[in-house]
Amino acid sequence: MKITDCKELEKIAKEIRKNIIKQVYEAKSGHPGGSLSCADILTVLYFNQMNVSENEPEDFARDRFVLSKGHCSPALYATLAERGFIPKEELTTFRKIHSKLQGHPDKNKVPGIDMTTGSLGQGLSVANGMALSSKLNHDGYRVYCLLGDGEIEEGQIWEAAMTSSKYHLDNLCAILDYNGLQIDGKVEEVKGLDNIEGKWKSFGFNTIVVDGHNIEQLIDAFETAKMTKGKPSIIIAKTIKGKGVSFMENKAEWHGKAPKEEEYKLAMKELE
Amino acid sequence: MNEQIKIATRQSYGEALVELGKENENIVVLDADLSSATKTELFAKEFPERFFDMGIAEQDMLSTAAGFATCNKIPYVSTFAVFAAGRAYDQIRNSICYPNLNVKICATHSGITVGEDGATHQMLEDIVMMRALPNMTVLCPCDDVQTRWAIKEIAKIKGPVYVRMSRLATPTIYEKEQNFEIGKAVQIGEGTKASIIATGDVVCEAIKAKEELEKQGIFTRVIDMHTIKPIDKEMIIKCAKETEKIITIEDHNIIGGLGSSVCEVVAEEYPCKVIRMGIKDTFGQSGKAEELMKYYEITAENIIKEVKLS
Repeated sequence: MKITDCKELEKIAKEIRKNIIKQVYEAKSGHPGGSLSCADILTVLYFNQMNVSENEPEDFARDRFVLSKGHCSPALYATLAERGFIPKEELTTFRKIHSKLQGHPDKNKVPGIDMTTGSLGQGLSVANGMALSSKLNHDGYRVYCLLGDGEIEEGQIWEAAMTSSKYHLDNLCAILDYNGLQIDGKVEEVKGLDNIEGKWKSFGFNTIVVDGHNIEQLIDAFETAKMTKGKPSIIIAKTIKGKGVSFMENKAEWHGKAPKEEEYKLAMKELE
Repeated sequence: MNEQIKIATRQSYGEALVELGKENENIVVLDADLSSATKTELFAKEFPERFFDMGIAEQDMLSTAAGFATCNKIPYVSTFAVFAAGRAYDQIRNSICYPNLNVKICATHSGITVGEDGATHQMLEDIVMMRALPNMTVLCPCDDVQTRWAIKEIAKIKGPVYVRMSRLATPTIYEKEQNFEIGKAVQIGEGTKASIIATGDVVCEAIKAKEELEKQGIFTRVIDMHTIKPIDKEMIIKCAKETEKIITIEDHNIIGGLGSSVCEVVAEEYPCKVIRMGIKDTFGQSGKAEELMKYYEITAENIIKEVKLS
C-alpha cells in the first residue's frame, strides 16, 4: 500500500490521533503527548514508505520498524489498526489484563511489531542489528527506528550511533521525534540537550531536519535518506508534543496522563 | 581427569566457535574489544564478514545481537562476565529474555579465578542474575570437552542462553566421547559419605577432593552441575536420599548461585542440610588465581575438610 496523496495521509493521521486518545482514555493510563507528536511520522512510514503487508506481517523481505520510544505504543497500535494488522476493536483492550496491547510493545503478541521495546535507549542498537543482518545477506530490506528526544539522553544511543556509522548503515533511517519536552520539563533544561543536529552529524549521520507534522516534507526526507549511500540517516523531525489537541500541545504534563471524560470529549471534538 | 592437559574454557570456546561457524552460516559473533581475551579472535580470523567488534560498548552489543536474532541469525556474544551480565543486564532482560530471542551470551572471565585484575573484574553474581530471568538457560561448563559440547549444543535450542566460562586453565576432566545433555548433571562416583555438587572451574577441585578422600577410605561422589538452569532436580533429590550430606561448591557468591539453587530444590522436595561453599558474600581482590582460591576457601583441601566434619 502506497498512498501518495498528502490530503489522504493527513486524514489517516487524524484517525490515528483519535485512536490514540481513545486508547489512553479507555485504559485510564498511557502516554498521549509523545504519541500525538509522532502520529504523522508513523502515518508516512506505514502508508507511504515501508514495504510491509498486513496479510504477511512476518514476511522476511519486509522493511523493519523499531519504536525505540516504546511508551508511545498507542501511536503504533493505532497505526497498525488503521493499516489492518490488528482489528480496531482491539484498541479498547490497551493496557488491560490479558490484552495483546501491552503498555509497551511486545513483538510476540502483536502482528506487525518487529521488536519489543520499553526500556529507553536500546532501539537504535536493535535496528543496527537488523540493518547489519540485511547487509550481510544482501536481503535489501530497510530498517526504521523512531527515537524520542528525551530518550537520546541514554548513553547507549550514542554507542549505537557509532555502530551505525562504523558499518555505513545506509539501509538504516532513524527518526528523532524532537518535541522538546520530557517528563520533568524541557530537554534543554533537564539534561542540557542542545545542538542536536550537530551531535548526529559529528557521529557520522546524514541529517535531515523537517517539520514533523508536514507530510510532504516527511516524504521528501525519507526519499532523501533512501538515496543517501555510505552512511546512516537521521530525520530530525521538529514536532509538538500533544499535537492536534490544543490543551495538550507543548505541555510536559501530558507526557503520561489520561484525559478525564470532559477532556476526552473535548479532544475528540477537536480531532473531528 | 588429566591434570597434565590444562585448558581454559575460553580457549575451548574460541575453537568450538570456528567449528560451529563452518557448520552453520547463520552464526554471527559479536565482541566488545576483548576478542583476544575471549578468544573470539579465532572466529574473526576465519569469518571476518560474520564477526562484529562493537568496541567498548557492551549495552550496544547485547541489543545489536537482539536485532540480529530477530532476523534469524544466531548471535554469539562475548565479553567478560562482569560486563555482559552486569553492565548489560537491562539489555539482556528487556531486549533478549523478554522477547525470548535466540541470543547466546558466552561470558568469559567469571569468578575469582580472574586473578590479578581484582574485584571489579571478578564476576561473582552472574549466575543469580541470569538464572532469575525467565526464558534463560544457564550453563557453566567445567572443562575443554564439555565447553566444546556446550557451544555447539546451544545453537540447537531456540532462545537465550548464558554460558559462564573462566580465564584459568583447568584440567581436562572428560574423554572426547563423553555424552552430555542440557539439564542433566553428570555423576562421578557412587560414594555415600557426601555428594559434592560443583559447577564450572571448581569441578576439578571436587574431583581432586574425591580422589584424595578415597585414598583415606572415605567414599564420596561428585556431581558436575553443568546446567544451572534448568537445574537437575532428580539428581539433587537422589543425592539427598542416598548420601549423608550435600556440599555445594562454586566460584560465585554463595548467595543465589549453585548452592542456593540446590537449596531451593531440597527445601521443597527432600529437606536436608546443605553446606554451601563458595565466595562468602564478599568482593574479591588481586592475586594469583590459585592464591585466591585458597584464601576464599574453594580448593580441594577445603572440600576435604568439609566432608570430614560431621
